[in-house]
Amino acid sequence: MSSPAALELIGIEKSFGSIHANRGISIKFAAGSIHGLIGENGAGKSTLMSIVFGMQQPDVGAIRIDGRTVDFPTPKAAITAGIGMVHQHFMLIDRCTVLENLLLGTENNFALGKALAYGRKRMAELAREYGLALPPDTRVRDLSIGERQSVEILKALYRDARILILDEPTSVLNAEQKERLFAILRTLRDAGKTVIFVSHKLSEIIALTDHVAVLRQGRMVGETATAETDEAALATIMIGGHVDLGRIGGAAEPGEILLEANGIAVCNPQGERKIDNLDLTLRRGEIVAIAGLAGSGQSELLQALAGILPIDRGRMSWRGQAMDLRNWRAKSLRALGIAHVPDEPRRFGLVADFSAAESAILGYHDCKPAARHGLLNPRAILADCNAAMNDFDVRPRRPDIRTGAMSGGNQQKLLLAREMRRDPELLLIGEPTQGVDIGAVAAIQARLADMRARGKGVLLVTSDLDQIRALADRILVMNSGAIVGELSPDQATDRELGLMMGGVTTKSRAQISG
Amino acid sequence: MIAGIETEILVITASILRLATPLILAAIGGLFAERAGVADLGLEGKMLAAAFTAASISAVTGSAITGLAAAIIVATLLSMLHFIATVWKQGDQIVSGMAINILAAGLVPTLAYALFPLGGQTPPLTDDGRLLDLSLPFSHWASSTGFIGQFYASVLGGQSILIYVAFLAAPAATAVLYRTGWGLRLRAAGENPQAVASAGLDVVRLRLQGLIMNGVFLGLAGGYLSLAANAGYSRNMTAGKGYLAIAALILGRWKPWPTLGACLLFAAADALQGRLQGIVFPALGVIPVPWITALPYIVTVIVLAIAGRGQSMPKALGLPYVKA
Repeated sequence: MSSPAALELIGIEKSFGSIHANRGISIKFAAGSIHGLIGENGAGKSTLMSIVFGMQQPDVGAIRIDGRTVDFPTPKAAITAGIGMVHQHFMLIDRCTVLENLLLGTENNFALGKALAYGRKRMAELAREYGLALPPDTRVRDLSIGERQSVEILKALYRDARILILDEPTSVLNAEQKERLFAILRTLRDAGKTVIFVSHKLSEIIALTDHVAVLRQGRMVGETATAETDEAALATIMIGGHVDLGRIGGAAEPGEILLEANGIAVCNPQGERKIDNLDLTLRRGEIVAIAGLAGSGQSELLQALAGILPIDRGRMSWRGQAMDLRNWRAKSLRALGIAHVPDEPRRFGLVADFSAAESAILGYHDCKPAARHGLLNPRAILADCNAAMNDFDVRPRRPDIRTGAMSGGNQQKLLLAREMRRDPELLLIGEPTQGVDIGAVAAIQARLADMRARGKGVLLVTSDLDQIRALADRILVMNSGAIVGELSPDQATDRELGLMMGGVTTKSRAQISG
Repeated sequence: MIAGIETEILVITASILRLATPLILAAIGGLFAERAGVADLGLEGKMLAAAFTAASISAVTGSAITGLAAAIIVATLLSMLHFIATVWKQGDQIVSGMAINILAAGLVPTLAYALFPLGGQTPPLTDDGRLLDLSLPFSHWASSTGFIGQFYASVLGGQSILIYVAFLAAPAATAVLYRTGWGLRLRAAGENPQAVASAGLDVVRLRLQGLIMNGVFLGLAGGYLSLAANAGYSRNMTAGKGYLAIAALILGRWKPWPTLGACLLFAAADALQGRLQGIVFPALGVIPVPWITALPYIVTVIVLAIAGRGQSMPKALGLPYVKA
């Protein structure tokens, strides 16, 4: 390239405590083109973009705009340099009008009147130039999601942004709104703007972008012209190469249906819909795994099935018996024989300030052996914890130790001991081996295989694809809150899983080729 | 008794205006903090501290204006304490607000006993040390011309300057909030601070500015109590007015004019209870005094139960802003 890149990042490093979010990322973005930035959640995309927008400062590395090195201590500096950002969660004041939202931060006059008049004029100009017409005096809360996103784009253009960053812009849009967004972005490109489109959806990257860069675990692992790649190749780079562990335990002997979910819908505590119209059947004698890119709804599914998040629609049945959704609560489920090991044990599983013995009875504190005649029985609790610690090799073997003082792996083992020693019919388990040392991983996986052999059911939610291939009898792939496909372990190659996790299903591929 | 009804109306109206004034000043002060996203339960404590400061400084210096200025400084310092705890250190806004109330409730009587040998009061103020009532031009002549004239002289006029300040505070706050760039930013900081930050603005500074405004108004509210409504500080002279101002702010949906209206409603209930004591009602006889004095509180509870909080609350109210 003869002229310098519109935006160039050189050796960007950023750590948060022990998390190394960006590791020496160097990348160039040319003017007049659309760049895709793709990677799993947690790959470092958002951190990188917040550095470009001045919300974070890199530990090491430089940013160049048109060849000049710049320094963005605040978003204001980035805005002044011509960078605009459309955040995944809109940065809008719902109660203010479109015009007020555009003005915010640019009105230099004491009285608003003059700024409002100028803003109105600029809005009309921008509408003519980019086809982005919006009613200036409508309150943002009365706009559709697609329109709100247009307000965000207008906000950037209003500030004369030449480089526009969109962070997961399509996650909230329907198909029609998505097409409109793409049309707008192409218009902006043709007007000479640099568009950076951050996504983990392969099809969108292929459909929209001119160049694509792939991040994995904080590193740039691939960069190419979009025309020279395809979804399968991107998928493989995105999730990385995996080694085959081999199968653990015997074959599945699917028996009685334990749990059946029909058309269930779940919202996260913030009220955002995370799962919609999902069907799921879990049987005795099989391990069913849920795979998906982080944030695809698998965590919410686990919590909903375990009775932590309410299921607001659909039907649930347990061993053929229809269940009242209002009674689908953790406590009543435990009585049915459903145990749950959450994927975030520190938040949902254990109390850091309790002793190990106390943590080891949570949820089972009102039945034997912990409780007798409605009172806690300290001696029995200690004895039970000692037995659990021996059984699951929890170290140190001290029931009186503060739970938070144990290592993450031992906390996990204590939690597993609590849930598995009650011999549940169905175990719902998230990230069973995260933070656990290698020796313990094998032991935990063997226990899951043993449950299957004894005719119990297991639902395994994990980001560890090798573990899924080693244990699961059926693999359900989630994307955006729905199950988009089912694979058997021998079908589950990196390529196949990667495509499905990126939202490319067998069906949609058949449609493209047919 | 024929002139009685008219006199009664004049007396009650004037008394409503007087009783509403500290509520309005405190509620508008609260409004500037809460529209910026900082919940402020500390209105009561700041008002009490300001009332004591105003009376003490005025008693010592003999100057009401000096007393009022000192009250503003003290209330603003307490607001800054709230700023440090909640905005800078991102602590819990409710806890910090209550801490300020408790601090003032304990410290003010202690200082009063320590500084003045009067059993917890400040020395009675002379006229120089007070904010005296203003008389409007031609009042003397107007008061002799019947009801309208008396209304002019003794309701519109003959009031403390701070009453005019309070009633001008609502339109002034409306203009500032909705007609200036600063107002837009302040409101935005209370609705979606992340959006304000992403627009390149400094949320912490905006909330600081909101809390400075808050301190100034609470200084005026406290100063009114001890320099204008009374001639000195007496024990616990705020008597829950700070909490009533919060109720008015909620009832007024965090908007200046409706908040003013809510303050007038509460003040009217208060003024009425003062006049209703000892009056013989047909069929009911004399209503026991405790029932009548409870009237303003009963009105508050009923009104708040009906109006509630709901959608109109600033969205980020009570949430510490943590830089993303």
